[in-house]
Amino acid sequence: MRNKAFIYLVPFLLFIALSGVLFFALGKDPKLLPSAKLGKPFPEFELPSLHKPEQMLSKAQLTGEVVLVNVWATWCVSCLVEHPMLTKLSQDGVIIHGLNYKDVRPAAITFLENHGNPYRQIIFDEAGGLGLDLGVYGAPETYFLDKTGQIRYRHVGIIMPDVWQNKLQAVYQALLQE
Amino acid sequence: MDKGINRVWKGSRRAINMAYGILFWGFLAIILLLQPAFAGIDIYQFDNVKEEQRFRDLIAELRCPKCQNQNLADSNAGLAKDLKDRTYQLVKEGKTNKEIKNYLVDRYGDFIIYKPPFRLSTWLLWIGPLLVLLLVFGVFIRKNLKTPKNQAMDISLAEQQRLKNLLDSRESGNSETSRHIDA
Repeated sequence: MRNKAFIYLVPFLLFIALSGVLFFALGKDPKLLPSAKLGKPFPEFELPSLHKPEQMLSKAQLTGEVVLVNVWATWCVSCLVEHPMLTKLSQDGVIIHGLNYKDVRPAAITFLENHGNPYRQIIFDEAGGLGLDLGVYGAPETYFLDKTGQIRYRHVGIIMPDVWQNKLQAVYQALLQE
Repeated sequence: MDKGINRVWKGSRRAINMAYGILFWGFLAIILLLQPAFAGIDIYQFDNVKEEQRFRDLIAELRCPKCQNQNLADSNAGLAKDLKDRTYQLVKEGKTNKEIKNYLVDRYGDFIIYKPPFRLSTWLLWIGPLLVLLLVFGVFIRKNLKTPKNQAMDISLAEQQRLKNLLDSRESGNSETSRHIDA
């Protein structure tokens, strides 16, 4: 008899479990995709610098130190919002390289003249080829590279000060310690 | 006087009819002229039908990472266009469908293909429906096979003895026992 009562409870328990799963999934942002490039080397590239079109940049310029590679563009409004935080980080000694993604060169240069330049090197990826190799699906995105040039973390969206404090700073510090 | 009005009326009707005619043929001409414009939205050129079909199949099966739940073929997002261009380029280079998919999964992860691969994290997705079906089947068979058996077994020893007695007495034609049962 007791066994039978339990069997009748099974659908109810399944329903509760499913509700739980769905309820917790509500809080998840479906737009955040896991990066396929985690733990893999930064892709090889050969692209001009934003400020000096004749100067070619390659992966060698990004390796040797722990760096952030920030994907940005002037058409990206969120990048403008993120800009002061990047400026602050670069003042704190964080090395940030820019990947100017599918942008117009004069507009990008003017943007940096107006808002300041937090980047050490800026890769000018007009066609978006490097972006595609990285799996960029929207700006801003920030990639954390270790000393060997491996992608160790990707942050999609604006680096808000609290996100940096609560999460990203620890990731960055851990990479420095390696 | 009346005839004059009639003639004017007829004349204006002819003019109206003509205007409608011009409108009709004009619209038809515009629609026909627009047709090549619709067809001209994508500018991909192919050497043969097979190659084109391969491209169309791929962009229908690949998912746009920027847009939620749209394939590359349906999406007009900038990123979808870039990915279509790259897919086209790879098709032209003679890469196989598998190579092209691997190329994109390498960069954008499993999200980009609508058909998830079979691996450790996705086995439940693939096997799940089969498991549920087997479970339902199992329960169904169990219920149908075991129910009569269970009822037959659900008799205590005393009852079995009584049943035996009854059967025996019936064979010997003892009416008193049978009356006893009825009571």
